[in-house]
Amino acid sequence: MSKHINLTLKVWRQKNQKEKGHFETIAAPQISTEMSFLEMLDVVNEKMTTEGKEPIAFDHDCREGICGMCGAVVNGRPHGALKGTTLCQLHMRHFNDGDTIAIEPFRAMAFKVIKDLAVDRSAFDQIIQAGGFISVNAGGAQDANNLPVPQERAELAMDAAQCIGCGACVAACPNASAMLFVSAKVSQFALLPQGRPEAARRALAMVRAMDRLGFGNCGNETECEAECPKGISISNIARLNREFFKASFGSSIK
Amino acid sequence: MLLDGKVPTGPIAEKWDRHRFELKLVNPANKRKYDIIVVGTGLAGGSAAATLAELGYNVKAFCFQDSPRRAHSIAAQGGINAAKNYPNDGDSIWRLFYDTVKGGDFRAREANVYRLAQVSNHIIDHCVAQGIPFARDYGGLLANRSFGGAQVSRTFYARGQTGQQLLLGCYSSLMRQVGAGKVTLLPRREMLDLVIVKGHAKGILVRNLITGELERHGADAVVLATGGYGNVFFLSTNAMGSNVTAAYRAYLKGALFANPCFTQIHPTCIPVHGTYQSKLTLMSESLRNDGRVWVPQKAGDKRPPYQIPENERDYFLERKYPSFGNLVPRDVASRNAKQQCDAGKGVGATGLAVYLDFADAIKRDGRAVIERKYGNLFEMYEKITGEDPYVTPMMIYPAVHYTMGGLWVDYNLMSNIPGLFVIGEANFSDHGANRLGASALMQGLADGYFILPYTIGGYLAGSAKLNPATSSPEFDACERAVQERVNRLLAIKGKRTVDDFHRQLGSIMWDYCGMSRNNAGLEKARGLIQSLRAEFWQNVTVPGDEKDFNQSLERAGRVADFLEFAELMVIDALERQESCGGHFNEAYQTPENEALRDDEKFCHVAAWEYKGTGKAPELHKEPLTFENVHLTQRSYK
Repeated sequence: MSKHINLTLKVWRQKNQKEKGHFETIAAPQISTEMSFLEMLDVVNEKMTTEGKEPIAFDHDCREGICGMCGAVVNGRPHGALKGTTLCQLHMRHFNDGDTIAIEPFRAMAFKVIKDLAVDRSAFDQIIQAGGFISVNAGGAQDANNLPVPQERAELAMDAAQCIGCGACVAACPNASAMLFVSAKVSQFALLPQGRPEAARRALAMVRAMDRLGFGNCGNETECEAECPKGISISNIARLNREFFKASFGSSIK
Repeated sequence: MLLDGKVPTGPIAEKWDRHRFELKLVNPANKRKYDIIVVGTGLAGGSAAATLAELGYNVKAFCFQDSPRRAHSIAAQGGINAAKNYPNDGDSIWRLFYDTVKGGDFRAREANVYRLAQVSNHIIDHCVAQGIPFARDYGGLLANRSFGGAQVSRTFYARGQTGQQLLLGCYSSLMRQVGAGKVTLLPRREMLDLVIVKGHAKGILVRNLITGELERHGADAVVLATGGYGNVFFLSTNAMGSNVTAAYRAYLKGALFANPCFTQIHPTCIPVHGTYQSKLTLMSESLRNDGRVWVPQKAGDKRPPYQIPENERDYFLERKYPSFGNLVPRDVASRNAKQQCDAGKGVGATGLAVYLDFADAIKRDGRAVIERKYGNLFEMYEKITGEDPYVTPMMIYPAVHYTMGGLWVDYNLMSNIPGLFVIGEANFSDHGANRLGASALMQGLADGYFILPYTIGGYLAGSAKLNPATSSPEFDACERAVQERVNRLLAIKGKRTVDDFHRQLGSIMWDYCGMSRNNAGLEKARGLIQSLRAEFWQNVTVPGDEKDFNQSLERAGRVADFLEFAELMVIDALERQESCGGHFNEAYQTPENEALRDDEKFCHVAAWEYKGTGKAPELHKEPLTFENVHLTQRSYK
C-alpha cells in the first residue's frame, strides 16, 4: 500500500563539462512509495522550479526500461540496488523513511558529464559504427525462411541482443570497460549465420574502437553482469574473446 | 478545396509496380549531389536515413535523444505483421490489405494500404538479413503468432521486444552509413522550424540541446519522421520526449494536418496511481485472452477484491457482449471501462481502474501455464505496482497509445509542401480511424525501407536543383522567429511550471476529447484550452539559461505547441459528426454502442490548413473511395 517517506538527496550538480561538480543536499519530503525513482526526481524538480532554482538535469525517455536513456549511480550502484531494473523502473517502495540517497552520474573517461546527471554516451554509437552491423542494403534480401537458424542459437542471440546501451556496465566496471556492451553485439551476430561473413572484421574493429575511445579492458570483476538491467551474461565476453583471438591469429583480416 | 492523393490509375495490385516504373530516377552518380534531411530516428526515420544513404544520397539524421537507438519505436512489444503466409493458414497480401482497411473503419486510403501489404514481406526478409533474432520454431524457421483483428497468424516477433529488435536493426544500418561517411548524425537536436524557399521545403532550424545554439541546416528535401502526438494528453504510453512540435511547425508553414482527432486508446494499461505520475505503461492486450474484467456491482464499494463475493461482481464485458466477452476490440473495451468508472464503480485508490482477474484461469489451467504465457507481463506489473497478480487481480485502465492522424501526404508520402515528406506515425495515411496491432512497426519500416527511397527520387529528379545557402533571407527570418519565441518563453517568469500546464491540458483532453466525445464537451474543451493557453503565455516559469542544456526550456516549447495543437484536435472532432474507430461521438452509435459511421457525409480525410493566429483553420477534404473493400458496419457479434 502507498505511504509517504521523507528523504534526503545528495545529488551531483555540475553546470557543464568544464566546470567542477559538487554534491548538493536536497530535501525530498513526502515522497509516495508508489513513485518511480524518476518521478521522485520530477517532484523534487517541480518544487525547485517554483522556488526559482534550477532543476536537476537527467536523461530519460521511455520510462519503461527499454530505451536505455536513463541511468544514474544510486548509493554507489548503477540504476540502484534492485537487480535487473533500470532507474525508471526502480520504485520508491524500495527505500525507507529517513534514507539519505546519493545520486551521481555514470562515471567513465569515455562518458563526459554534460550537466548534473546527464552524460555523453556517444562513444557507444561510435563503437557500433566501427562494426556493429551486418552489411546488407535494403532491397536484396532472399526469402527470410531460406536461412534456418537453430532455435537455441536464435535464443542465445536474442539474449545478447537485449542490451539497451545504457552504459551501466561501464559505470560499474573498475576499469570503465565496455566489454559487456561490445560482447553483446559481437555475440548476437557471431551466433547467427547472417553475421558470420563479417565476424572477424567486426570483433577486431569494435574492440579497437573501444580501446581508442578510452574504455578500459576487462578485468573479470563481473560487476557489469551484476549491474546490467537486462541481465546480459558475461559468457558473451568469453565469446567476444574467442572471436577476437580467432580473428587476430587465424584470419587474414588485420 | 478537394485534395488529390495522386493515387496511380489501374488495378490496385498493379498500382505500385507501375508507379515505380513511372517515377523519374536519379542517376547513381548524381545521388551524391543531393542532401536530404531526416528528422527522427525511429523505425521510419532510421530506416529511411539508412536506406537513402545506401542509395548514395547525403543524409543528415536528427533526433532529440542522445542516440538514434532511443527512439520510442523501441518500446513496441507485440510484433510486426507480414503477409508471408508461412503458417499456410490462408493469408495473402489481399487479406492483410482487407483486414487493415476494415480495421481502420474505412477511413484510410485503399491504395496506400495495399502497397503496405505488398511490401510487408520484404521487410521481414530484410530484417532477417540484418541479423534480427526473430522467434523461431524447432526446425529453425520463423515463428508466427496471431494478433487482434486478424484470423490468421501473420505476426513475427522477438519475445516481447519486437520494436526494440527492429529498431536496433535499423540503427545498425544507420550506424554503418555514419561510419561510411554517408550520414551525418546530429543527436540532441530539436527541430523548431521548417524553412521554405520558393514554395519548397529546403531546410530546418534546430536547437542544439546541449549548447542551446540555434543551427541552420539546408537540403534538397526534408523528411519528417517525428512520431505521434499522444502526449497532448500528458499521460500516455509514449516516451516522455515524444511531441508534436516538428509536425506542428510544418503545419504552421502550410502543411496540412489530417484527421488529428483520430487517437487510439489502449484498454490494458497500468492505471494512474497519483498526480505525480509521469507516464503510463502498456501491457500486451493478449492478457484479455485469459483474464476476466470486472468491477463491483455497487458504486463506491471499496472492499478489497477478495472480500467481494462472486454475486456482487459485474463482469461487464461478458454481460454486455456475450459472444466476444473480454475480447471485444480495443475501442469498445476502453469505452466500457470508462463508463464503469464514471458510474463510480472504478476500483483502486483513485477509482480509475477495473480488475483484470486471472483467478479462474489459474484455477482452470494451473499457475504454471499462466506463468509460461504471461510471466514477463506479470513480472512487469509487479515491478511497477508492487502487487502480485497471481494472488490479487490486476488493475487496468485505458491509456492513450497511438495517433492515427498526422500530416497529410499523397501516395508518394509527400505533403502538400513540395519537398516535405512525412513517414511513419507522423503521417496520417495507412491506419484510418483505428490501427490494428502489429501494424505500426510494419508501416514505419515500409515507409522508410521501401517506399520513400523511391518516391523521393521522383521528386528530386523532377524538380529544379535548389539547395539554398543557409545564409539566405528565408533562414534569417526563420531563426529570428524561433529566437523571439525562445526569448519570450524565458522572459515570462511566472508562477506555474511547464508540467503543471501540461498536466492540466492533458486532463482537459482526456475528459472531453478522449475515449468518448460529445459536442457540448468538445465546445467546452475548446474554451478551456484557449484560456489555459492564454494563462501559459502569462504565467509559465522556465528556469535556466537559453545557451545551456535546459530541459525545462525544451519542454516549454513542446507544451506551447501542444496547447495550440489541442485546439485543432477539438475542431477536427467537432467537424466529424460521426463515430468511426477511435473517434467516438456519443451522438452516433448503434444500439449496441458501436461506432456508427456516416459514409454519406464523412467518407473523407479531413485535412486542415493553418490560416494565421486567431483565425479558424480551413478544412480541405480528400474523398475516400473504396473500390476493392466494400464499406460495411464493423460487427463483433
